[in-house]
Amino acid sequence: MSALRELYQEVILDHNKSPRNFRTMAHADRRVEGYNPLCGDHYTIYLKIDGDVIADVSFEGKGCAISKASASVMSSVVKGKSKAEAELLFEKFHHLVTGEPDATDHIENLGKLAAFSGVSEFPARVKCATLAWHTLHAALASEEAVVSTE
Amino acid sequence: MRTVHDIAILDAVGKSFDVGKIRNDFPILKQRINGKPLVYLDNAATSQKPQAVIDAMTRFYVEENSNIHRGVHTLSDKATQSYEAARVKIQKFINAASPQEIIFVRGTTEGVNLVARSYGAVHLAAGDEVIISAMEHHSNIVPWQLVCAERGAGLRIIPMSDEGELDLKAYEKLFSTKTRLVSIGHVSNALGTINPVKEMIRIAHEQGVPVLIDGAQAVPHMPVDVRDLDCDFYVFSGHKMFGPTGIGILYGKRKLLEAMPPYQGGGDMIKSVTFEKTIYNDLPHKFEAGTPNISGGVGLGAAVDYLGRIEVEGAMAHEREVLRYATSALAGVSGLRVIGTARQKTGVVSFVLDGIHPHDIGTILDDDGIAIRTGHHCAQPVMQRFGIPATARASFALYNTVQEVDALVAGIHHAVKVFS
Repeated sequence: MSALRELYQEVILDHNKSPRNFRTMAHADRRVEGYNPLCGDHYTIYLKIDGDVIADVSFEGKGCAISKASASVMSSVVKGKSKAEAELLFEKFHHLVTGEPDATDHIENLGKLAAFSGVSEFPARVKCATLAWHTLHAALASEEAVVSTE
Repeated sequence: MRTVHDIAILDAVGKSFDVGKIRNDFPILKQRINGKPLVYLDNAATSQKPQAVIDAMTRFYVEENSNIHRGVHTLSDKATQSYEAARVKIQKFINAASPQEIIFVRGTTEGVNLVARSYGAVHLAAGDEVIISAMEHHSNIVPWQLVCAERGAGLRIIPMSDEGELDLKAYEKLFSTKTRLVSIGHVSNALGTINPVKEMIRIAHEQGVPVLIDGAQAVPHMPVDVRDLDCDFYVFSGHKMFGPTGIGILYGKRKLLEAMPPYQGGGDMIKSVTFEKTIYNDLPHKFEAGTPNISGGVGLGAAVDYLGRIEVEGAMAHEREVLRYATSALAGVSGLRVIGTARQKTGVVSFVLDGIHPHDIGTILDDDGIAIRTGHHCAQPVMQRFGIPATARASFALYNTVQEVDALVAGIHHAVKVFS
């Protein structure tokens, strides 16, 4: 498979075309904006937190296929996870897209996130893939109801 | 304005311009990227370098390298002569009155910052105004914001039309007794618009206001005569006109430069230094503190020589033809919208495509060996004006061909297919 096919896998094209959890959330516990000023990608991530668990997550915004698909897949995989589990997934995802040596060791445990394995061949696109995750991380870390990363 | 008659002559001359021969002068163009022939369409970001420029810089380091000015040994004298000869070449290239009006800087950005700092320090006070336009590159916005914030001055912005043309009637109305300077781009990097700077300079001068022209995107594509334009300052970068990075030019009228304080202090910009009093050097050295980019200056001189050997009218006719061909070919792509449709343009085609973000277009084109730029092009206010976050931009130089435009169009169809 060519590097380009590896990048634009079916899962990514599908989530770009039909993003999951793509909606404004009324009465969210956390609302954080993620913005990449270099390319103009801009997303808002909404969370409902129940104790230590991410009870619900949604997002809205605009950007390239990689950033939008990443936000969509992320929203599907972190729903119902504890904060610590979500952070661990971010760590594994980050290793995967930056091509860390041990990245592929756990690829079978990454589920749908494995679709982003091709990103590591495109260093300029790593920031697209991680924008939503950085935003989620900021939302989980914040005690405020509404914060912005910018 | 060119008459119909002029255009006919240019087209006739244009036939003598041999783009194949020109391409042979640029070794990088023979490269393959991802197994495909390189199609380099990112010339508004930086141009490629002809062998003559590469050789001139190598020769400098092999045969002449030394520090310039004040050296009594042979190499220092050779290096000084090469560097100062480059200054004279650039003076003639833009038809400045004297080499003393040619200040070597790092690039367009430093040129604008120099004027903003130095001219602004003397001429900008609280309540004063600087006029810029809605299509400026960040390098012709932020230096003015910095100096205006410091001095309590403000910016006035010339608006533009949906086609990407400046509104000259609105421009005239921006002038007041508080206007101290106009600073505008000769050619827009994001849209390709060629602004009617000669007319705009005339209007400013009627109000007694000096004008800085950012010529970064103009000098690689058209002859520039600073005395004909009657601009007060003209800045440009070497690397966009087939020279090296890290070297650029600030042209300024002598009487203005002489009245301005130094921009940076250091070696070479002084006549004498004591702890009590320092006397600054004459032009141009007053603005050239420290050891400059000597090889860069030599390389830029070689780029000017290279352009001097090219049949200018033929090159311009060729670039117009490539732009016309590209504009028409891209119009045939379903869902594609060109941003920037001014009547007078250089070879810049910014576009957006329904359902595909510019970054994805850029990545897919790269897979086909095609280099374009995607993003806001350091002109975020332009993106805001058109209500878009980013564009894909193909920008042409004299070595690009209509066959490369065909490759671009095929690459865009490839992107559409990936996303279908």
